[in-house]
Amino acid sequence: MRITLVRAALLAAKVGLILNALNALNALNARPAAAAETAAAAGTTVKIDNFTFTPQSLTVKAGTTVTWINEDDIPHTVVATETAFKSKVLDTDDKYTFTFTAAGTFQYFCSLHPHMTGTIVVVPAGGGGAAP
Amino acid sequence: MTANNDQGAGLSRRKVLECMTWAGTGVLWTVAGGVPRSLGLVGEAHAQAAGFTFMQISDSHVGFDRPANPNVLSTLEAAINKVKAVPARPAFMIHTGDISHLSKPSEFDDAERIISQARLDVHYVPGEHDVIDENTGKLYLERYGRGTKGAGWYAFDANGVHFVGLVNVVNLKAGGLGNLGADQLAWLEDDLKGRTDSTPIVVFAHIPLWVVYPQWGWGTEDGERVLGMLKRFGSVTVLNGHIHQIIQKVEGNVAFHTARSTAFPQPAPGSAPSPGPMKVDDDKLRTVLGIASINLVPGQQRLAIVDTPLQG
Repeated sequence: MRITLVRAALLAAKVGLILNALNALNALNARPAAAAETAAAAGTTVKIDNFTFTPQSLTVKAGTTVTWINEDDIPHTVVATETAFKSKVLDTDDKYTFTFTAAGTFQYFCSLHPHMTGTIVVVPAGGGGAAP
Repeated sequence: MTANNDQGAGLSRRKVLECMTWAGTGVLWTVAGGVPRSLGLVGEAHAQAAGFTFMQISDSHVGFDRPANPNVLSTLEAAINKVKAVPARPAFMIHTGDISHLSKPSEFDDAERIISQARLDVHYVPGEHDVIDENTGKLYLERYGRGTKGAGWYAFDANGVHFVGLVNVVNLKAGGLGNLGADQLAWLEDDLKGRTDSTPIVVFAHIPLWVVYPQWGWGTEDGERVLGMLKRFGSVTVLNGHIHQIIQKVEGNVAFHTARSTAFPQPAPGSAPSPGPMKVDDDKLRTVLGIASINLVPGQQRLAIVDTPLQG
């Protein structure tokens, strides 16, 4: 069980890296500013650290795979308030990914420590320009 | 005498005192999940204690291996050795949750192997770490839930004291605190209905029932409802874990107390960026871990709670 979870996480991480690289390339082609590259590369990962989701609100385009990484010494979960997605328990360094296909605002929380909350804002794809 | 019906109206205070006189504390007994069983004869040497003692351990987090304590099994074992060293043999032990770190069968097995060395009846309630198997607590209930209701709540009577084990770690709501839920509250209301005001009540649950520090989720959303139901009782003791440190307060007839962990300490409320495991010097670790013993002397309203660190 654990192995498949790790494998899935690794695979997802790879996919995420490729997506990040593509995003970065697109960004480079589209605009000269190095800032755009940073935004695109950092823009699909949520760090779980100190019982906090960082960034607490993340804006991505539809079709983006978002990766959560638990960097705490305590397990956490990523659970959508409206049941759109739900991770298994993430121990230290475990990852969870979810691909947001539809636009919308998704609230989520850690079901073990429900004071931990976050938001993913998904904007329609092809709108042009990197997420803020 | 050793059998008590915990479903009925409960023993009157006088009846309990009569029983205790008759028994001369000769037999310690308890009722778990409606099945009374004797804990055996107490030796003459211990018979001078008028009351009875039970132990509390908490937050053993078996499976945790991070720097704050890479060897939680050895500190759990040290805690159990402390329990075994208590001079007046305790009637039983409660474990206020987070037995395991990740709800794995091997973690529950390891915990059981060590905790059973105390040779005491143990009454558990789950912590949030005990219900994170794929079926949200199924493993916990299979092991510890016999005779319980819902997610694992129950009540039993021992030596005239009514004990209630509550579960406030499931179905938590985004942005909220610990949660008991309507079903459990309705059950509790019914459970307390027939009891006289003079019955000493001990309520135990993992997350503190009162709000200690909401910024870190240290409190129970609907805990106030429980405290409301307990108001009429002359002696109420609320025992919790979860926050890995001792915090206590007294409000009217209600004494609140949280126990130390046997695994790792956590920071005082607001004193760190997060409530995560706190790394202390290796030689200091066992001074901030520990057990609690709770002694009830008939006629005294307040239970005496003694916290003992594993070392120092």
